[in-house]
Amino acid sequence: MAYVSVKGGERAISNAHQWLDEMRRGDASVPELTVEQIRHQMSLAVDRVMMEGSCYDPELAALAIKQARGDVTEAIFLVRAYRTTLQRFGATEPIKTPEMAVQRRVSAAFKDIPGGQILGPTFDYTHRLLNFDLCDAGPAGVAVKATEPVVEKMPTIASVFAHESLLEQTAAESDDAPEPYDLTREPMAFPAGRDQRLQALARGDEGFLLSLAYASQRGWGSTHPLCGEIRMGDVTVEFTPEELGFPIEIGEIVVTECQMISNFEGSADKPPQFTFGYGLTFGHNERKAMSMAIVDRALRHKEVGENGVHAVQDEEFVLYHSDNVEASGFVQHLKLPHYVDFQAQLQFVRRLCKEWREAREAATPDAGEFAEAAE
Amino acid sequence: MESHQEDVATTEGLRLARQRAHALIAKSPADAVRSVFDLMENLPEVERLRPSEVGLVLVRGRVGGEGERFNLGELPVARAALRIPEGPVGVGYVAGRNRDHAELAALADAMVQADVWRDRLEEGVLAPLAAGLAERKADTGRKAAATKVDFFTMVRTRGEK
Amino acid sequence: MIGSLALEGVSPGFANPVADSQRVFRRVLDAMSRPGRLIDLDSGIAAASPHLTAASALALTLLDFETPVFVALDADGEAFANWLRFHCGCPITAEPKAAAYALVLADLLPALDQFYAGDPKYPDRATTLIVVCAALEGGAAVRLEGPGIAETRRIAPAGLPEDFWNQVRADRSAFQLGVDIILTAGDQIIALPRSTRIVPEN
Repeated sequence: MAYVSVKGGERAISNAHQWLDEMRRGDASVPELTVEQIRHQMSLAVDRVMMEGSCYDPELAALAIKQARGDVTEAIFLVRAYRTTLQRFGATEPIKTPEMAVQRRVSAAFKDIPGGQILGPTFDYTHRLLNFDLCDAGPAGVAVKATEPVVEKMPTIASVFAHESLLEQTAAESDDAPEPYDLTREPMAFPAGRDQRLQALARGDEGFLLSLAYASQRGWGSTHPLCGEIRMGDVTVEFTPEELGFPIEIGEIVVTECQMISNFEGSADKPPQFTFGYGLTFGHNERKAMSMAIVDRALRHKEVGENGVHAVQDEEFVLYHSDNVEASGFVQHLKLPHYVDFQAQLQFVRRLCKEWREAREAATPDAGEFAEAAE
Repeated sequence: MESHQEDVATTEGLRLARQRAHALIAKSPADAVRSVFDLMENLPEVERLRPSEVGLVLVRGRVGGEGERFNLGELPVARAALRIPEGPVGVGYVAGRNRDHAELAALADAMVQADVWRDRLEEGVLAPLAAGLAERKADTGRKAAATKVDFFTMVRTRGEK
Repeated sequence: MIGSLALEGVSPGFANPVADSQRVFRRVLDAMSRPGRLIDLDSGIAAASPHLTAASALALTLLDFETPVFVALDADGEAFANWLRFHCGCPITAEPKAAAYALVLADLLPALDQFYAGDPKYPDRATTLIVVCAALEGGAAVRLEGPGIAETRRIAPAGLPEDFWNQVRADRSAFQLGVDIILTAGDQIIALPRSTRIVPEN
């Protein structure tokens, strides 16, 4: 009998996949989306899939979005699966975000930040009214160009205030510092270093981090952040191939960086100052970078001697539940056949019921007759 | 980056020249690189030392841009290694999955190391790519500059009256 | 910073990296699950030195930039280290304890306790030794037992240091810690995972 059901399952699965494929295509009289169209016209979805899929490849991310019918979490899963098929050549030199060619750079904390407030291509200040003109293909918008480009290297907010000790200064890493933790090669270990936390948050689900950040801001966390700086633009990626022995530039990628500032009331060893939370993502994704920065700061509560009583401050809670491929897999596996589990539980509950009835009958001799009458 | 007149007679000078060629090819779109190479005549025959292939590099960041390192995510990279008849071996690594792009990077890396090719590579490939790159950079920089906020302070306006 | 490699004389690796490395990996798996059995890798590569064929194929299959390698190969050593760095991108270490893999001629094999035997939390991080022997038959015979061997199996690789089997016995005494060993000659291998014990001949 089991044999019959397996064969039936195979045909049903294959037919389900074919229907899925037809559904993905939708109405055949409507022109099919190309991967190029998704890549260029749904670029923020592409950016999110690249970051959470942990693979900076706009074309692959666009393909994944097309294949997943626009289900971003499913697309992330596809990209994660693909990246496991490629061998790794090594790790890059750390990207230099202070040298970013910025398309956008704003500070909500410091109006007169050197280099200026550069709005870039932002949804901020749009009225969030549906633009029905987009229902028809019309002429594309054209960006205005100033005579002179922006300055090449925008100073970071930390460097602007470096002469005062009011802002936490990031200590440069020593040359013999150990290789950063890599969660794709090493099991999660606690207590986690900031390197481990930041890698997990960077790959983490945007919605999960957004909710944690929001909760933290509303009081379920002890951060009262200000946005020190957000910047988005191109950074150069440098890599040292083993066979060359010197670093070479291998391309440019777009990243979004966020520095959140929270005040710290000081401790026995440290004077009061502002501390930073840090967020960095592939592509243009401020919501994610800001959420990441707030959560990063909340997870640093021990360093600054804060009580860690909230979920956002609990690194095991945050890191174990931030990955949407894992989360989605564990939740969604529940819809796969659990016939044997359920059979076992049925027998267990039946036995409990029988014991419960017997115990009741023993305690009140009349109860059994009512029960039988009811059946 | 501006000067290509480094003294390639020194190890350091040759390394700088090679780094410049790598950077220009890797940062230019693959089709732009292909089209400048297609205009070159009698390019050297190449012998591949390793099948050109695609893999990943792990991109790293630093906390606050300057502090502790951490792993951000991965980036597909194509790589190639080849030899030209003049002797030098060229190695190419470029972001993306385009093997042809990586082979052209490797070819350029080999040509920079060959006296007979260096100047022709500069003229035919590197200079046009550098110009294209500078133009795209300036273009983005000018669009960004147009979105710069010009604050005018009410206080000063009132004070001037 | 390390210097550039001298790449002019580097010989090629696998012709079809994906299919070839998968085939070799499958054979290594067979060898590891049937310790002591002579396995032909059929690697299809033209190594610069024919006696390093299997060792080269294993390197292309198992090594990458995350696996530091200790190399002791006599006259071929430097060229082979260059070849390794080019094809596998693996760092070369002079410190046996720091090596994820060791690629050594049987004549030059350091004492086994010089290598890393793993730690109780991560025994998998022990060094794997790839030992290039003169031949895998015709030497002094030893008898093996352990998982993957029905009763006992007799092998007789040639050219190993005199004290080698005593060292293996000593290494096995700390199981689950210990080094895994792959003996090679030409394009053939015999695996001696740490679960394999040496039993007295007779």
